[in-house]
Amino acid sequence: MTDQRSQAEIVRQSLKRRYRKERRFRAYGMLAIAIALSALVILFADIIGKGYTGFIKTTITLDVHLDGEAMYLDDPTDADQRSMADFNAPIITALGDLIPGVEDRAAQRELSRLVGSYGSSQIRDLLRSQPELLGTTQTVTFLAHDRVSVYVKHADNDNYSVRLSDQQIEWVDYLVERGVIKTAFNDVFFQSGDSREPSNAGILGAIIGSLLTMVVTLLIAFPVGVAAAVYLEEFAPRNKLTDFIEVNINNLAAVPSIIFGLLGLAVFIGLFGMPRSVPVVGGLVLALMTLPTIIISSRAAIKSVPPSIREAAEGIGASKMQVVLHHVVPLAMPGMMTGSIIGMAQALGETAPLLLIGMVAFIVEIPDGFFSSATVLPVQIYLWASSAEQGFIELASAGIMILLTFMISMNALAIWLRKRLERRW
Amino acid sequence: MQSANLLPIVLVLAVVAYMLAYMRSRAVAEPLGGIRNLKSLPFYYAARAALWCGIPALITLGLWAGFEGRVIQGIVIASLPPEAIPESAGQASLVLSQIGNVAAGKLNPDFVPEHIAGAAALLETLRSQSKSFMTIMVLLIAVLGAVVAWFRVAPHVNARESVETTLRRIFFVCAAVAVMTTAGIIFSVIFETVRFFGMVSFWDFFLGANWSPQTALRADQVGADGSFGMIPLFTGTLLISAIALLVAVPVGLLSAVYLSEYAGKKARSVIKPLLEMLAGIPTVVYGFFAALTVAPFIRELAETVGLNASSQSALAAGLVMGVMIIPFVSSLSDDVINAVPQTLRDGSLALGATQSETMKLVIFPAALPGIMGGILLAASRAIGETMIVVMAAGLAANLTANPLESVTTVTVQIVTLLTGDQEFDSAKTLAAFALGMMLFVVTLILNVIALKIVRKYREQYD
Repeated sequence: MTDQRSQAEIVRQSLKRRYRKERRFRAYGMLAIAIALSALVILFADIIGKGYTGFIKTTITLDVHLDGEAMYLDDPTDADQRSMADFNAPIITALGDLIPGVEDRAAQRELSRLVGSYGSSQIRDLLRSQPELLGTTQTVTFLAHDRVSVYVKHADNDNYSVRLSDQQIEWVDYLVERGVIKTAFNDVFFQSGDSREPSNAGILGAIIGSLLTMVVTLLIAFPVGVAAAVYLEEFAPRNKLTDFIEVNINNLAAVPSIIFGLLGLAVFIGLFGMPRSVPVVGGLVLALMTLPTIIISSRAAIKSVPPSIREAAEGIGASKMQVVLHHVVPLAMPGMMTGSIIGMAQALGETAPLLLIGMVAFIVEIPDGFFSSATVLPVQIYLWASSAEQGFIELASAGIMILLTFMISMNALAIWLRKRLERRW
Repeated sequence: MQSANLLPIVLVLAVVAYMLAYMRSRAVAEPLGGIRNLKSLPFYYAARAALWCGIPALITLGLWAGFEGRVIQGIVIASLPPEAIPESAGQASLVLSQIGNVAAGKLNPDFVPEHIAGAAALLETLRSQSKSFMTIMVLLIAVLGAVVAWFRVAPHVNARESVETTLRRIFFVCAAVAVMTTAGIIFSVIFETVRFFGMVSFWDFFLGANWSPQTALRADQVGADGSFGMIPLFTGTLLISAIALLVAVPVGLLSAVYLSEYAGKKARSVIKPLLEMLAGIPTVVYGFFAALTVAPFIRELAETVGLNASSQSALAAGLVMGVMIIPFVSSLSDDVINAVPQTLRDGSLALGATQSETMKLVIFPAALPGIMGGILLAASRAIGETMIVVMAAGLAANLTANPLESVTTVTVQIVTLLTGDQEFDSAKTLAAFALGMMLFVVTLILNVIALKIVRKYREQYD
């Protein structure tokens, strides 16, 4: 009796400790989830904090007098004259009017560097398209020089170093006060391709490149993936070959993506002699990469079609192929589409294999076809992130925001499709 | 691009063939008293015509477009005078690009040796001949197929059978694409790897502790051969993967435990998708985060405690990679924990064990093999991860175990060796394929073992 009581006593005494342990264990679990979720939050906050300024451009609005004499130009339609003319002169004059007292050459050069390096070509293009403007005074909005832009946007940010002379800072402060230098929504970013100057660089080229690549990927991966899934689920005899194909698909799904880049380089470029850095090759490589994902999800969708449908169709005399094409595939389509969209979202974010097939080239032009050199969104982000110029950092984060927007909307579409179309049997 | 224009033409021809065969089958059926007297529906006769028209033509087109370039290059090289025939593949590609530039009009033919100009002219003619040949051939095959199908529209022919057989074969080919991809990967890496080991000794590669693949610009430069010892890359990869797993395994496992055993249904339905978002974020984003936020932060932190950290530390890359693979560990562990039969849980709780004791002493040992499988899969993922390490780990092949120093990995080196200018026969390029082969083999082994463990475990409780 005493023995029993003491045992109950022991249990009771240990209860407190055990409950403490229980609470601690629970707390560890919560802590783990908190760590994971806070990593997610920090990641997003960091990217938005770094990148929102990428959507802002800094402009200088000047009243430029398009003086033919100062530009050594009397006929803007003449290409030879245009190539010799000094289109920078009106900008310097206009800035000089705003800030009087800048006389010596060096200071003038510093002054003219407030305007971005494409300022003179902006005047040239203006005169080429409208030659009659020669000799008049026009209000032109220029992009500010990158250093000015960095100063205006990030003067109080330690991560950026201002690379302007004290003199220039004084001028910029004055011009900001006068409202000559302003910030505005960065439309350039959405309208142009890459550039050596951060202010002139845009993401449109990469978006179009991604789009072209994704079209190729979709056109190959979706039909092939669905057909493969149909074969494996409906027609494949149970034999060694089928098993081998299945093992292969499962393993391919786990092969590192960079290996697919090696495959693309050796087979598509090396063996077939396809050109480098074109959306077709990129799309092919990504199609092979997403194929396992699409096959696996399509098979799951086909499996979920109840056998009663098949039996009913067979019962009224449909052939096996008719059962599959008329009944099983249409019913499995929502599931197949969901899986494919998720696979495509993965492919959209993929970078490594595309680096190997040369899609890292610096490309200014916006690609206009499946065989023109292009880059894609994630690669553009990589290029900007590894660039030395500090103005590119915010562009990279802005690019990430755009990429994530695309991916999140694709995933949302997939979820919506699943909710909307998928039938529960 | 001629082949790109030919593709829609063939497709249009196939549609035309479809419509013609459809009309003919109806016309054939008319005198017999309607389509019920045909062996197959008109649709099948039409579909057969479209398939016969399109498929052989498309196959021809694909093969021609695929091998045209190589064959023409071979002919052009062979046409060069014997003394000008290039000896190595590198020279050949140089000569070919010169010829190509002349032919494309980028280079004035007057400024190059005569045989090059001649070869360029030959290239031009061969290209245009090949183009016209291809066009004629493909269109001929397409029309021929359509005509044959047209004549074989007859009431007694079972067109459905033939269409279905063809479709089934197409489906099979699609399923075999996965096998072809694997074969393509294996052959492309093996081929180049064998050539690599023709230049660099096998043991130097596996046991060498020095990695500096720079090939010299001049032949007499110091270290012109470059050294290809993969030990530093291997240890670098292991170091970063180990850091990643040190983050991902505890966090992922504990989250899985909490989600499956403690969290309510509502919390679960919110937290799980959020965790899985971590796996969906593109790796380039993680790389950006690691290189521009985490690495400077670690560096500052190390400086405040008096340590010296490299600006591209293994720690930064490893930590961020760990965050990336948390969802792999957590969702796989979640699956296996849920697969443990409820009876085990109930039994343990009925004996008076607390939830955490049940977890630690009953469920966890039962789920351990499955969890190990999940961890192996996560490890293979970490080893093959590229963008995070390309952006956040360094290029210097240091043989170190200090996580604050910069290390390089197999994937980083593959990317560095293969981006930029390259020739197909330099040891530098081939080394990348040898590394790729290593990577493929190691991840394959990890995956096969992991999948086997997971499957075996699943069967145990089914």
